[in-house]
Amino acid sequence: METLLKAIVFLPLLGAVAAGLFGTAVFRYIGGAPPQPAHDAHADEDGHQHFHYEGPRWPMMLTTGLLLLAAALSWVAFFDVVGGNTYKVVIAEWVRSGELVAQWALRVDTLTAVMLVVVTTVSALVHVYSLGYMSHDPHQPRFFSYLSLFTFAMLMLVTSDNLLQMFFGWEGVGLASYLLIGFWYDRASANAAAIKAFVVNRVGDFGFALGIFAAFALFGSIEFDPIFAAAPEMADRTMRFLSWEVPALELIALLLFMGAMGKSAQFLLHTWLPDAMEGPTPVSALIHAATMVTAGVFLVARMSPIYELTPFAQQAVLVIGAITAFFAATVGLVQNDIKRIIAYSTCSQLGYMFAALGVGAYGVGMFHLFTHAFFKALLFLGAGSVIHAMSDEQDIWRMGGLYQYLKRTWAMMLIGTLALTGFPFTAGYYSKDAIIEATFAAHTPLGEAAFWLLVIAAAMTSFYSWRLMFVVFHGKPRASRETLARVHESPAVMMVPLYVLAAGALFAGFLFKDWFIGQAEAEFWGQALYRAAHNEIVQAMHHVPAWVKWAPFVMMVAGVSVAFVFYLVKTDLPAKLANALRPLYLFLLNKWYFDEIYDFLFVRPAFAIGRLLWKGGDQKIIDGLGPDGVSALAAAVGRVASRLQTGYLYHYAFAMLLGIAGLVTWLMVGG
Amino acid sequence: MSIWNTFLPALPEMALAVMSMALLMLGVFFRKRASDIVNTLALLALAVTAVLVLMTGQQGAIFAFGGTFVVDSLARVMKLLILFATALAIIMSVGFMKAERIERFEYPVLMLLSALGMMAMVSAHGLIALYLGLELQSLALYVLAAMNRESVRSSEAGLKYFVLGALASGLILYGASLVYGFAGTTGFSGIAQALKGGAHLGVITGIVFILAGLAFKISAVPFHMWTPDVYEGAPTPVTAFFAAAPKLAAMAVLMRILYEAFPDAAEAWRQVVAFMAVASALLGAFAGLVQRNIKRLLAYSSIGHMGIALVGLAAGGMEGLRATMLYLVIYLLLTVGAFAVVIAMRREERAVEEIEDFAGLASTNPGMAFTLAAMMFALMGIPPLAGFFAKYFAFVAALKANMVALAVIIVLASAVSAFYYLRVIKVMYMDEPKGAVAEMPFELKLVSALSVVFALGMVFWPQPVMQLAQAAIRSLL
Repeated sequence: METLLKAIVFLPLLGAVAAGLFGTAVFRYIGGAPPQPAHDAHADEDGHQHFHYEGPRWPMMLTTGLLLLAAALSWVAFFDVVGGNTYKVVIAEWVRSGELVAQWALRVDTLTAVMLVVVTTVSALVHVYSLGYMSHDPHQPRFFSYLSLFTFAMLMLVTSDNLLQMFFGWEGVGLASYLLIGFWYDRASANAAAIKAFVVNRVGDFGFALGIFAAFALFGSIEFDPIFAAAPEMADRTMRFLSWEVPALELIALLLFMGAMGKSAQFLLHTWLPDAMEGPTPVSALIHAATMVTAGVFLVARMSPIYELTPFAQQAVLVIGAITAFFAATVGLVQNDIKRIIAYSTCSQLGYMFAALGVGAYGVGMFHLFTHAFFKALLFLGAGSVIHAMSDEQDIWRMGGLYQYLKRTWAMMLIGTLALTGFPFTAGYYSKDAIIEATFAAHTPLGEAAFWLLVIAAAMTSFYSWRLMFVVFHGKPRASRETLARVHESPAVMMVPLYVLAAGALFAGFLFKDWFIGQAEAEFWGQALYRAAHNEIVQAMHHVPAWVKWAPFVMMVAGVSVAFVFYLVKTDLPAKLANALRPLYLFLLNKWYFDEIYDFLFVRPAFAIGRLLWKGGDQKIIDGLGPDGVSALAAAVGRVASRLQTGYLYHYAFAMLLGIAGLVTWLMVGG
Repeated sequence: MSIWNTFLPALPEMALAVMSMALLMLGVFFRKRASDIVNTLALLALAVTAVLVLMTGQQGAIFAFGGTFVVDSLARVMKLLILFATALAIIMSVGFMKAERIERFEYPVLMLLSALGMMAMVSAHGLIALYLGLELQSLALYVLAAMNRESVRSSEAGLKYFVLGALASGLILYGASLVYGFAGTTGFSGIAQALKGGAHLGVITGIVFILAGLAFKISAVPFHMWTPDVYEGAPTPVTAFFAAAPKLAAMAVLMRILYEAFPDAAEAWRQVVAFMAVASALLGAFAGLVQRNIKRLLAYSSIGHMGIALVGLAAGGMEGLRATMLYLVIYLLLTVGAFAVVIAMRREERAVEEIEDFAGLASTNPGMAFTLAAMMFALMGIPPLAGFFAKYFAFVAALKANMVALAVIIVLASAVSAFYYLRVIKVMYMDEPKGAVAEMPFELKLVSALSVVFALGMVFWPQPVMQLAQAAIRSLL
């Protein structure tokens, strides 16, 4: 079993290294021919670019094959762990410095096992899908290498046994995310988005790193087991932070949550996620929907023994989660880019997960993470299929009526939408409704507020999801005739992963609900999730009033009805409404002006400070007095010295006599 | 026998004098193709003279002409170096003079006479003998500078050099008369005897005047003013000769007179020498920054280098004098190599000497570019090239003599001067080529190869040069 776990983690790394080093031009061109131009594309008559790939095919096959194997092994491991086993596989001692000891170990319990199957399954499907989606890209080996590298880093994250190892995986997925968002590096917008994702994540990672330091300062260890064991005794300890005495555990929990906010694109640190859609669509499905962005949820769930002791931090998680769910849904209402709509949806669903964690329903949050991975990956890959068919068109208003062209894709998107909106008996129905019930069952004022936010968000979710479906697949075709002529259903290699994900979106909730949140819940999670004795949220969930249970369904129906009227029956209504409520419409369309506010608050001051230090500090003062000033002075002295060289004989003779007079005088006076 | 004993030490000089005059007559007789024959024979004459120098006494100092003429290790080594530098100058001139159509048989003869004057200078052991030698070499050099009579600049250079040289001679004569007035003798040993126990202010004034006259010859600040103009105006091979042989001779004379005639006034002249060292190093470094003409650049370079060479003289002692001597030998070979490239720079049958004309030389003529780059790096003092050792020993000598300020200033001046050497390299290797230059003639290839081998090879085999320098100064200590 230990070998199997190691294989799951290291097979993707093997693929990444092999494809990255030997499949790309890294070694091929050493000392030889220059690398190919980034794009050997040519445009045909109507301006569409065609790409060719003529390199070897083995890097793609190898990485995909290894990932499929890892996914299969993960399911084996999953059922083994569900059977009650937990594992701790030590690979090596990583760091030993004074009291700081960090093992490199694979910690596999139920929580990790759930993540293992999610990560490897979605990753394997995305690999397969990419074989078709990226088949014309001239840099496929690099793409697959990055994908596998990401998978390895994500597996390191979820199998970590200490905070440092988790931070390693955390930064590794950040790196892979950066590389993949900027995969098409000749696009300025992709580079900007990649940098934005990296920089915004820095803010969260800063908090995460501080949290690790604080944990070490408090516990003298960064390994999970000692921390969890010692946590209850530390509940009353305080710590000095920025000159305040603060409760130490609360501080650690909040700092770690700051890291989670960055990685999971929560309110205030969410701005990078929509921009990250600049990356290829399979990347959006894998990293920015199913796996990496859920790392924050995983972190909080993993640290549940801490959060159970820190009511304030827990409330912060709840508040941020609920606000994110609501906020992102409002923005999603008016977006016009097919991927951005789904991106805001992701943001919103992540908010749901945090809301569940915030009321102590860790299993519920993880369940939503699990089901969400299926239907959101399905939606993204389905959207990718649409984009692929529409010759890279992403604006939903240039689509329309695609139902008759893309019946199978339509069916897949329909399943994804049903699952996302919580249609009865699909995956989302079990997980999302459970979250809403859990917030109500918390019976706290904040829980109540969160409940209402989430219920309203459920209606909006339904509205924007169906809006997308109606605008893209129904109504009149709005695309150009040439584009429509080229519309084609995606090849089987792209459709099969959709079928698999659709099956997950339909049945994952029904099949696994008992384990994750039902009767077998306590047994299923075992020691992986910790709930304090007073935490009876799971029992309370089953005793909420009937109207609470019905609320999400009603909201879903309301949302779909409004969308139906708006976009299929009276199609002039949305425009009228937008005109009537123009300020609100613009507010939402511009994403609550977050980018502008951040630009004003942080970006421009940072640039101003940078420019001041650069122009004023470096160029004027350091260069001016230093290198430039000295060289200018030297040149000036040189000009003066050579100007003495007048060319007149009497000047020269005079200089000589002056010199000798000076020297004699010097010796007479001085000597 | 006594006559023989009197004249034997001066045999090389006498032989050279006779051969020079014979060549002069030969030139008149041959008229056509005279310069080729005279050039060849002049080289032969230099070789014969060198052999004679080697033969005249191998050990100790031999005095002649009533103690006013001495043959010691300093004189012998310097004479060989002077003959060698003169031979190189003649070799480098042949092609250039032909191309410029100013080849005349008087040219090599003048060089021989100048060399004769220098030899007399370094053997002089009295003020009168010194003056005689100095004037002989100066008069020949004045004519050489104006060799290209058609060129206004060449004539101007000759005239300027002549007028200022006459002034310098006047300074030396005035100083010599002052010294004679106080010491009662013109012989170096006698002067040293008379000055034992402290020098009168009048003597010191005389010493300063003599120093100034000799500083003119090595173009030390503030007596350097002629250098850039004459270097630029004179035909390039003549400039190369100016940069090499006369500087050696004048520096040797400075060493001898300061250490043999005025050892007891060291306190006074040390300050003057140190001042000239600092002023020359700084002026050479800064004024060179703004030069456009490669010959003017090399003029300032030579001013700067002479400043650093003077550091050793100011520091004194075995370390100091050896540093100066080493500096002279290394500088001689490097500057000759640099000039070999400058002489070869001809484009469309015309000599070009602006730094811009070197643009892209690395791609049109990599051999020349490499040679000049090696010389520039060496003159800059980049280890492990020869120039580094020259500067290093001067630096160490200054430190040993507790002249820390002097050491710091020459290092800083070297750093500044690095700019203009590097600029030449940058222009050659990084700028767009300006068009092909003529192939380097064989004799120049030979000279530049010698310099490159020396510049690159000294690090592997430094003993010969070190021993030469050591031998030269032995007689002064």
